[in-house]
Amino acid sequence: MTAPATAWSAAARVVQRDLRLAFRRPGEWLQPVAFFLIVTLLFPLALDPEPARLRALAPAALWVAALLASVLAVEFLFREDGRDGTLEQYALSGQSFAGLLLAKTLTHWLLTGLPLVVAAPLAAMALGAPAAAIPGVLSALLLGSLSLSLLGAVGAGLTLGVRRGGALLSLIVLPLAIPTLVFGARATDLAIRAEPFDGSLYLLAALAVLSLTLAPLAAAAAVRISLE
Amino acid sequence: MLDVSGLHLWRGERHVLKGLSLHLGAGQALQLLWPNGAGKTSLLRAVAGLLPSESGQISWCGQPVTDDPLAYCRNLAFLGHELALKGDLTVLENLHYSLGLRGGVTALQLQAALQHTGLQTLADELVRHLSAGQKRRVALARLGLWQAPLWLLDEPVANLDAAGQQLVAAAIDTHLQAGGCALIATHQPLALSSAGNRLWQQPQEAA
Repeated sequence: MTAPATAWSAAARVVQRDLRLAFRRPGEWLQPVAFFLIVTLLFPLALDPEPARLRALAPAALWVAALLASVLAVEFLFREDGRDGTLEQYALSGQSFAGLLLAKTLTHWLLTGLPLVVAAPLAAMALGAPAAAIPGVLSALLLGSLSLSLLGAVGAGLTLGVRRGGALLSLIVLPLAIPTLVFGARATDLAIRAEPFDGSLYLLAALAVLSLTLAPLAAAAAVRISLE
Repeated sequence: MLDVSGLHLWRGERHVLKGLSLHLGAGQALQLLWPNGAGKTSLLRAVAGLLPSESGQISWCGQPVTDDPLAYCRNLAFLGHELALKGDLTVLENLHYSLGLRGGVTALQLQAALQHTGLQTLADELVRHLSAGQKRRVALARLGLWQAPLWLLDEPVANLDAAGQQLVAAAIDTHLQAGGCALIATHQPLALSSAGNRLWQQPQEAA
């Protein structure tokens, strides 16, 4: 062995490895964004085509679709690594376990949360949002999707040892995600109505920082229990 | 180096380890040949810190491992039932990413480890195309490259042919000669040539 790995270099290896694996199996990370787009693009077809009504419902449709897409994706966050012994090796690597799981969760967000943000303009336009509202919608989804991935990591950790834990995962994650859903939909609504949305955005940012600080510790504790 | 004293461990309602104690010094290997369900894997996982024990103390070089668990982990290499290999990555990629968590290895060291484990022609092969025995050889190559003084090996020769079993025994002997120690759970006693090799037949015996 040459020089011991630093926390950063170890985290970088986790990110590189997960990205490489994801690009070899694109189906896994394309599924959530496909779900998000299908729901948001079908929604206007199933509704009265009156633009004002569509616009009024757009924030709810966007955020519920983003939340469900996020829960759908997070189910697979730790499952394979738990089964094949990778998480055991992470726990015994001599690096901060929470740090490695944070790196893993952020990679997961890059692969499943960020595509929702990229797809959001199309979804928002389909739901009748004006072009001027897009920056607001994007900022809210950027912060919100990060919180959702981090909260999802806690749920994924708690349900790691549970066979078919998808329903349980939803029961754990959805209540935790309610503040993000409320403030995210509020920011989006204000952006669509061309009103100042800074307040809601600050709250979303605060939630993201809180999740970034606490969720990796909670996820690490939960995964350790599952590894026992 | 490794001292375990008064270790008690419960798995559900079963009191698996009842006040177990053991000592492993430099150059020593202890092969656990206990029957199924006697707690071999539980002991290895408890020593690794994956299973919290109800009572007892585990010390490494005289220091309780709970004093600095991260430093202790850097001194151990654990080979469990699951090999922590990714089927969609090649042999080299698997080694590169898992070794990178602890520190870098030179290309020369990597090539030497692959050659030693008979994997030099499979370096760029996806791991899902390998047999169970070849996958275990990849895990063995990784084990050597970690250069950790304490090896915790759970059924290290499972799925290996006779040549593979000799390879594992030789790797452990080399490790012991270099001053390392190994705690091994196995059903087939490994033919180690090292003088520090001991067999432990029943958990009730003293180690």
